[in-house]
Amino acid sequence: MMKRDDCLKALARHLTDADIVLPVYSTAFDWIDIRPSPLNYLSHGAMGLASSHALGLALGRPDKRVIVLDGDGSLLMNLGSLVTIGAAAPPNLYHFVCENGTYEANGGHPIPGRDKVDFPGFARAAGYRVVFDFSDLKIFEQRIGALLAETGPVFADLKIASSGPQERDYSRLHGPHVRKAFRDALMAS
Amino acid sequence: MQPSVSTAIRAPEDFLLGSSIIREIKASGIEFVVSVPDITTSEGLLRPLSQESGKDTEPRLIRVCKEDEGVGICAGLSYCGRRSLLLIQQTGLLDSINAIRGVAVEYALPICMMVGLLEKEPGVVPRQSKRYGVRIVEPVLEAMGITYHEVEGEADVGHIGPAIETAYAQMRPVVLLIGRRPS
Repeated sequence: MMKRDDCLKALARHLTDADIVLPVYSTAFDWIDIRPSPLNYLSHGAMGLASSHALGLALGRPDKRVIVLDGDGSLLMNLGSLVTIGAAAPPNLYHFVCENGTYEANGGHPIPGRDKVDFPGFARAAGYRVVFDFSDLKIFEQRIGALLAETGPVFADLKIASSGPQERDYSRLHGPHVRKAFRDALMAS
Repeated sequence: MQPSVSTAIRAPEDFLLGSSIIREIKASGIEFVVSVPDITTSEGLLRPLSQESGKDTEPRLIRVCKEDEGVGICAGLSYCGRRSLLLIQQTGLLDSINAIRGVAVEYALPICMMVGLLEKEPGVVPRQSKRYGVRIVEPVLEAMGITYHEVEGEADVGHIGPAIETAYAQMRPVVLLIGRRPS
């Protein structure tokens, strides 16, 4: 079992300023401190939709890597997006799922099927080109560079420990200034 | 919020051409059509769009499993300056209300939706339909503050281009309600 912020720090070391990243919920709060960037896409509007926003961005900007940092509860709300992404096959989309088995942002309740659900299996069956499954930080650190060099769509399941309930300031993710900064940065890059 | 727009009642014998609608879609700069199949628009719109998808200058069709996915996809595309159209049925519109609320309305994004009205009677305005699922569509859109246009005859097709242009110019969603099967 890995710690989320350790995984995010390892990932951030391999990204460039040009990469678009879509982190969700608790991951988003960790991520914007680890890798502050106007190309962090933080406003998804409804739980589960990050992977769909990511597909739109990947189709719209094929010159950029688009990295979505999904949650397990979030992905369960939009499992069909795996099939849609597999079919659309964007070569520049990298889909990570931080699997901690809980709705961490909503009281820490377990997800349905916790310890039974096979997210990498879902992604593989949906047609992702490459699928990874990580539960050891050292192995993740060794392979993350090669993962990001793969042609997408790429899926990576990160088995992480829950961080427990946390109070968060959601205006950091959903304020209009966040979306304007993203839009301006994307148009300029 | 912008006022909604309805067209005049159309005669039952009026007609609607899919080719006219597709011409408007393409003239509006739509590069992607994102869709869950809808029986009202299946043959007249989705079929020809799917046959042309991927060819030069033709909109690319992205098939999605569920309509709210399409709201997210269209949002992502809009940030890239790429225009898209979500082609769905009113059941999918109703199922996607939370995504439309959050992404399209509260984030003020130009999500353009073309919505087939399943089982609407030709020549009957949607809110006077005998079908509950049709009657409630316009009141729901009004409650959400979303502009809509009825497209039931050839005379209505001219609303499509300006509606899409306005959505992108003013950064707000729009719904185009397809009231009969285009031929």
